[in-house]
Amino acid sequence: MAENEVWVYSENKNVCLELLTAGKELSEKLNVPLASLVLGHGVKDVAEELSEHGPNKIYLIDHASLERFDSMSYAAAIETIVKQEKPKILLIGATKRGKELAGRLAARLNAGCMSECTEVDIGDDGSVIAKRAAYAGMAVATEKCKSTPAIVLLKPGRYEKAPSGGKGEIVELSLEIPEPSLKLIEFKPKEIKAVRVEEAEVVVLGGRGIKKREDFQMLEQLAEMLGGCVGCTRPIAADLGWYTEWVGLSGVAIKPKLYIGVGVSGAIQHVAGIKDSKVIVAINKDPEAPIFKSADYGIVGDLYEVIPELIKALKEVSKKEG
Amino acid sequence: MRVIACAKYAVDVSELRFDPSTGEPILAGAKMKLSDVDKRAIEEAIRLKEKHGGHVTVLTVGPESAKMGLREALAMGADEAYLLVDPLFEGVDTLVTSLVLKKAIEKLEGFDLIICGEATSDGYSSLVGPRLAGLLGIPQVAYVKRIVEVKDGSIVVERDLEDGYEVVEVKLPALLTVTREINEPRIPPLPAIMRASKKPMKMLSASELGIPSELLGQDGSAVQILEAKAPEIKRKGVIFEEMPADEAARKLVEALIREGVLGG
Ligand SMILES: Cc1cc2nc3c(=O)[nH]c(=O)nc-3n(C[C@H](O)[C@H](O)[C@H](O)COP(=O)(O)OP(=O)(O)OC[C@H]3O[C@@H](n4cnc5c(N)ncnc54)[C@H](O)[C@@H]3O)c2cc1C
Ligand SMILES: Nc1ncnc2c1ncn2[C@@H]1O[C@H](COP(=O)(O)O)[C@@H](O)[C@H]1O
Repeated sequence: MAENEVWVYSENKNVCLELLTAGKELSEKLNVPLASLVLGHGVKDVAEELSEHGPNKIYLIDHASLERFDSMSYAAAIETIVKQEKPKILLIGATKRGKELAGRLAARLNAGCMSECTEVDIGDDGSVIAKRAAYAGMAVATEKCKSTPAIVLLKPGRYEKAPSGGKGEIVELSLEIPEPSLKLIEFKPKEIKAVRVEEAEVVVLGGRGIKKREDFQMLEQLAEMLGGCVGCTRPIAADLGWYTEWVGLSGVAIKPKLYIGVGVSGAIQHVAGIKDSKVIVAINKDPEAPIFKSADYGIVGDLYEVIPELIKALKEVSKKEG
Repeated sequence: MRVIACAKYAVDVSELRFDPSTGEPILAGAKMKLSDVDKRAIEEAIRLKEKHGGHVTVLTVGPESAKMGLREALAMGADEAYLLVDPLFEGVDTLVTSLVLKKAIEKLEGFDLIICGEATSDGYSSLVGPRLAGLLGIPQVAYVKRIVEVKDGSIVVERDLEDGYEVVEVKLPALLTVTREINEPRIPPLPAIMRASKKPMKMLSASELGIPSELLGQDGSAVQILEAKAPEIKRKGVIFEEMPADEAARKLVEALIREGVLGG
């Protein structure tokens, strides 16, 4: 049996590599093996690849019912092997699919689950502790989980990807797995941008103050001059669909050296994702907008007047320098 | 169609203050309201009833003061509300919250659909919905941004995932968690608020729900919060206002040069 092992799982391979780094730290502290779960159909190559990034074992469940990610059949499969092998800790990537899976799995196992964690560790008494944002990102909470297994949802982007090295043993398990409960009718992929906002040094970020999609060109131009990229608030992406991802509590967290929020009110869920930026600039026509409270520099004014002037002022500077 | 909406009466995070000396949240007397997305869960339940007929029940695990939130739900158009209230339900984790909801649901007359929010505005775990579906052993679909169609015995919904939108059909009874984008909740007019005071609101305690006390409170919770503190963030707060846009822009560029954040 695999009692006390540390297990990691994410449906996303890159996130899984991050979990292997976090998992390795825990397994070394506890002096127990580290294992990674691979679920799907025709995924032996994924298992092979992950086995070369540090885990002692890979539990591979390859089954036709796991062809597409389905939180219910996936939870059922993991429930079965957890009950069989009794790991101590289960790290799951806090993607949307991961959270949906973890909640259901935690209920099936009557286990505790710590969500949206940014760090995980072992406490002095051997318990699993984790840090997470609390109150919509205004505070940082430290939590402790007393159940076995302890389920920890780790936010992507917090740990480095595990480097290659070693060769874990692949343990293939065959289980009875229920058919997926959802019938897929259509999948409309989102177009993923080449430049990733979480990696940019400068982020020019537009909010609802921007009236038309075309007007974002102005921000694209500004971002290009500053060597950065454009981001947006949740309503711009999720309500209007002008971009695919947004910045904030429920989106990506960024920490550029320069953030310029344009027509952004500064709701706490948004600020939660930008507060680690080095310099925060806000441009808003409402002097009472909460974003000014989180800003190093602000311009109170109409963005349609300010942005062209800002572009002009930057051109003058680069002319002088050039 | 019998729909249950689960809604938390949550700390209004935008009004929450922190003790400047300890960094801890000042929860005593903090303003509370229906959690943002949960209000949309209630709204969606009411819209389903308006379109397909049926009955809407709203469930809240929370303090006495949560009656205010449930009154609002009734005024919006819910038919009945249950406040699950007991000192043993306070400060509990998602394991206990979902257990209490499950026990209350088992007391109701059955349901076709349960609607939760994607996450609460203060707890932000996104766990109670999937946990509840897991306890009840019914299928779940999280992050639903649109209900496409209600069929006989199933429902078609569209959900918003990181890499795409997925349209799926799920058999009823099922549980959905909905996103902030699913609707714009109505603001009930005065007569509806008056009428709501006559609608049924019931309170149920741990013993009325038949839950042994060791499964509740701190003992029953698997996750315990050791501390919560607001890190102190200092921002300069230099605001350029009441000046022409070109002047403000020039001043900003100068400041950014001084900060060393312009160029390579
Ligand atoms: C559970 C949950 C999670 C959430 N997660 C996120 C998240 O991750 N990220 C996120 O961004 N939001 C998130 N939100 C939404 C958040 O609460 C706000 O609704 C959102 O951030 C507001 O976006 P906004 O600033 O673009 O729009 P608004 O709040 O509408 O602000 C627009 C601003 O533009 C200004 N403006 C208008 N016209 C002009 C002009 N001509 N010139 C200059 N200024 C102008 C206005 O003064 C206003 O301040 C979440 C909400 C919930 C409930
Ligand atoms: N105390 C509560 N009472 C009723 N429903 C709740 C409660 N807490 C959470 N929920 C439901 O579960 C969802 C997710 O909550 P959370 O896991 O806290 O993010 C919420 O949007 C609600 O629909």
